[in-house]
Amino acid sequence: MKRSVFPNRWLPYALVGPQVIITLVFFFWPAFDSLRLSLYRASPFGDRLIYVGLTNFERLFRDDAYLRSALTSFSFSFAVTFVGLALALLLASLANARIRGLAVYRSLLLWPYGIAPAIAGIIWLFVFHPSYGILPWLLSFVTAYQLNWFLQGGAAMMLLIVAAIWKQFGYNLAFYLAGLQAIETSVLEAASVDGAGPIRRFFAITFPLLSPVTFFLFTLNMTFSFFDTFGLVHAVTQGGPGDATSILVYRAWKDGFEGLQLGYSAAQSVVLMALVIGLTAFQFRFAEKKVTY
Amino acid sequence: MALTLSRPAALAAASSRPRRRDWHAFTAHAILLASVVVLAFPLYYAFVISTQTLSQVTTMPPKPWPSTAIVSNYAEAWQRAHMGRMLVNSAIVALGVAVGKIAISLLSAFAIVYFDFRGKNLVFWMIFVTLMLPVPVRIVSTYQVVSVLGWVNTYWGLTVPLMASATGTFLFRQFFRTIPDSLAEAAQLDGAGPMRFLWTILLPLSKANMAALFVILFVYGWNDYLWPLMITNTPEMRTAVIGIETLVPRTSQLPEWNVAMAAAMMVLAPPVAVIVAMQRWFVKGLIETEK
Repeated sequence: MKRSVFPNRWLPYALVGPQVIITLVFFFWPAFDSLRLSLYRASPFGDRLIYVGLTNFERLFRDDAYLRSALTSFSFSFAVTFVGLALALLLASLANARIRGLAVYRSLLLWPYGIAPAIAGIIWLFVFHPSYGILPWLLSFVTAYQLNWFLQGGAAMMLLIVAAIWKQFGYNLAFYLAGLQAIETSVLEAASVDGAGPIRRFFAITFPLLSPVTFFLFTLNMTFSFFDTFGLVHAVTQGGPGDATSILVYRAWKDGFEGLQLGYSAAQSVVLMALVIGLTAFQFRFAEKKVTY
Repeated sequence: MALTLSRPAALAAASSRPRRRDWHAFTAHAILLASVVVLAFPLYYAFVISTQTLSQVTTMPPKPWPSTAIVSNYAEAWQRAHMGRMLVNSAIVALGVAVGKIAISLLSAFAIVYFDFRGKNLVFWMIFVTLMLPVPVRIVSTYQVVSVLGWVNTYWGLTVPLMASATGTFLFRQFFRTIPDSLAEAAQLDGAGPMRFLWTILLPLSKANMAALFVILFVYGWNDYLWPLMITNTPEMRTAVIGIETLVPRTSQLPEWNVAMAAAMMVLAPPVAVIVAMQRWFVKGLIETEK
């Protein structure tokens, strides 16, 4: 720990001032206001608020549409995270060799990180386009099945998952490659001498040694797919068809801004807040115990 | 016996090793190359579409090579979506958020590490808690706060509320703590005040961290969607990422995907260019900000 070296009474307050003011005004005030609003509902003319206690929350947990959204959100996030990470890990393990040009590959893998989820979605929207897209066209040679995100919730969901995985993939792969390259080959060689096959070696040695990377990528991809994919849904499917792709954040925004159900939307914000706090707590507990950077 | 046995074994090992290594290297190159190509294909395809005429786009089979309509498509997209204005807005937001966040978090980290003041722990925890309050968990009420301030549809509203940064503060705090105490002591002996120390010593030392944060924050500011969607309500104040949605052909419209893709190319170019140009800092930023 550093000793404080500059004796000054007011300067430190001036220095933290901007941060503290922004934090109070744009983080704490709205957060408390969300808590407060979640106990109210707007009057029919929208001119005043009526206290309703926990009614909004009761309604939330009885609302089939909301529960469907929760399921949609979780399945979307898990699909993006698990499929994305599994694929990246598989390819990284197969490609793990001391070769030249790794830095070049890394550059060629990382750029999609810069593409906004909404833009990634619009590109894939066209790739998946039922009439003009290259993917349905290619599929038509293999199967008579018609992939149509206009009508099928599953197809729309798949489109979003593919777009999200695409955006994250290069970066997952780059991190796994770096993690694998950092593992001492002597450990693996020793296991090999002891007669462990490649699959056994992978699960007994490589995978546990990679746990910090996996943990890091897991939290990052979960947060990304849960919270940062609002733009993807808004620009690409608008939650549809029906409400097949209405993830929680999208519903909270829609109920608040389009439906003008302020209390109901605030209650959804409070539930999301609880989720983030849970995720952060999990991250810190887990990070302290198991993961060393 | 042992000798005769081990000899061929050693020989075999010696001769098969390079061959196995060659094979390994070959698969590695093949897999990485395939990944790079598959990853780049959608972008290439989108670019190709942005150069084709409407009839080329809508007749099957798809033609995966560039055509000649590039200028007219980009001009059309530019005009129809007020692209110039939107790109300027995006640049203001991305630069404002990045520079503002870096400045604000640098100053607070400096205060936290180099001063002793009452309420320091409270300040630290307040900053920490913002990690748990991203925009989606306070959608309606943050909008209300911004509208109370009269900042709806302004650059202030688009940038200032996003400038608090726990990750930035922690990054600089962590970094300042690795700087030897003797530097600050020496500065004091020379009669330099804290601000002078910050300006002439800490700031130059922090360049790498600032660059790393800049890449991450620029990309974040440029690509942010929910915030500008809530805060702006006229086409003149829209940022590019949310504005191009109007160009995506819906069911009842003419399928001008070539124009939509031209717009997409223009919107994605700046953040991707920043990542490519500042690659080294980007990788550092990715690792540092998630710690």
